[in-house]
Amino acid sequence: MNGHTDILAIESSCDETAAAVIRDGHEVLSNIIYTQIRLHTVYGGVVPEIASRKHIEKMNYVVQRALDKAGMKLKDVDAVAVTYGPGLVGALLVGVAEAKAMAWAAGKPLIGVNHIEGHISANYIEHPELKPPYLGLVVSGGHTHLIIVKDWAKFDILGRTVDDAAGEAFDKVARAIGLGYPGGPKIDACAKQGNPDAIVFPQAKVHGSEYDFSFSGLKSAVLNYLNHAAMTHEEVNKADLAASFQKAVVDVLVSHTIEAAKHYGIREVAMAGGVSANSALRAGMAEACEKAGCKLFVPSPIYCTDNAAMIGVAAYHEYMAGTRSGWDLNAVPGLKLGER
Amino acid sequence: MKLIAIDSSGQAASVAIVEDGITRAEYTVNFKKTHSQTLLPMLDEITKMTETDIRGIDAIAVAAGPGSFTGLRIGSATAKGLGLALEKPIVEVPTLAGLAFNLYGAAGLICPIMDARRQQVYNGIYRFAQGRLVTVRDQRPIAVTGLIAELNEMVRDGETVTFLGDGVPVYKEKLEKGLVVPHFYAPANASQQRAASVGALAEIFFAEGKAIPAEKHEPIYLRKSQAERERAERDRAAGRPVGETEDGEYAHT
Repeated sequence: MNGHTDILAIESSCDETAAAVIRDGHEVLSNIIYTQIRLHTVYGGVVPEIASRKHIEKMNYVVQRALDKAGMKLKDVDAVAVTYGPGLVGALLVGVAEAKAMAWAAGKPLIGVNHIEGHISANYIEHPELKPPYLGLVVSGGHTHLIIVKDWAKFDILGRTVDDAAGEAFDKVARAIGLGYPGGPKIDACAKQGNPDAIVFPQAKVHGSEYDFSFSGLKSAVLNYLNHAAMTHEEVNKADLAASFQKAVVDVLVSHTIEAAKHYGIREVAMAGGVSANSALRAGMAEACEKAGCKLFVPSPIYCTDNAAMIGVAAYHEYMAGTRSGWDLNAVPGLKLGER
Repeated sequence: MKLIAIDSSGQAASVAIVEDGITRAEYTVNFKKTHSQTLLPMLDEITKMTETDIRGIDAIAVAAGPGSFTGLRIGSATAKGLGLALEKPIVEVPTLAGLAFNLYGAAGLICPIMDARRQQVYNGIYRFAQGRLVTVRDQRPIAVTGLIAELNEMVRDGETVTFLGDGVPVYKEKLEKGLVVPHFYAPANASQQRAASVGALAEIFFAEGKAIPAEKHEPIYLRKSQAERERAERDRAAGRPVGETEDGEYAHT
């Protein structure tokens, strides 16, 4: 509308109600996030019905703030984008219905965006020099994917978790040792006081599929360790346990990524998702990448956790590739990367 | 005055354009597709068909609840998105009053029931007096057995009850067994949610100054989430004050 391509993006796949305006696929004109983490803490995890209720309560305020901060009206944007999966269906539906109605009423194209594609695209905000092909590791509370980004908006999935997501394992272990929710930051902080080599936990690999992950066995090993300690009245050093568990998670994420980089001859690695805010993972991946001669890209923490800026960035590349969604766009809770 | 009206509170999805006492268009579908897939394409269709310039509407009317939590949110989010884009207010219409309006002018008590699971219905009791909808019992969740007892008690000699809503096929057998007062069931043209009824009632509410800013609207659930109910039970069992869901916060960006 002004020589630029400005996209209003909406994200409501879990417990963040978010809207952003993104210019030309990388410039963040606004990025508003209403986070519900605190109100789900008492339940030990996200309650989908409560999350959905908060989304509908806050959505217009969040969208209006995003437009105001960008100094725009809805009529000034070129397209409206929204996360339509994967995620919690009831939560997704709020954003999808809002975005569709806004786009329809304002006569704007609608672009449904894959949440995981959004996470990986978060890297373009601070690293406009990053271009496909590169290797991507998306690790969050709901997702663990090792992918090759072949081209803009084109992906090959090398591996994924066969059970729990990495972030889910953090949440479950944090709950088991009484650190509470959300597990990622709590374990990260606790682990800083502990010895990562104090306890040897099994690696979260999957036999026979070299790039897949399995975190449920690792979680069980932690629970078994706790049970055994309780039965023998041994005192558990929480910091050591957190550090050792975290090391086991980080080790498998790093080793799979580096092996894939070597195998496919890729020299650029990008991390994304809430777990990529973990300090041990950032440090471990940075060290391994340097050793392997790879360049590592990681978004700032604010772009690692759920946000709409990343959705707007992903939408820009979809928009340029000609992607348009219909007014019948539905929420797809189990949406796969690369599927439409 | 011109309204877009939306009802996705129950099994049927319905949209309408209502203008100065006339239904310009109404589109209702009661089929296995989700409201998320049907609602906006239906609205797109009727606005095109009637060559409506949506920027010229005065407000968006929505069946605000109770109903299916997810269904309500699809309708509410659609209404809020329209409200934000068009800078128009929302008129909230209680779902059961909207349903009762299907039977405008009917004699006796109007008793819409929606299946609320757990042997309960969402229900309000209404009557028409001098051309106005009068609320006899405000909308609430109520056990089917409780509703039957209440009606058996309150229906006067010579008075009748007319049932409608998607709770009828679910609980008809129970009603037949328990009711000792004369009663009827609304036919297919009036038995389920219709956006034209929501729009017609909204015209009255709008004239009474009851429109609200779109951002302030949220569904009327009439029930807390299961997690909150269980938490309240735990709190009560432990003799603690019952905890309320807190507000979240804006992340600094």
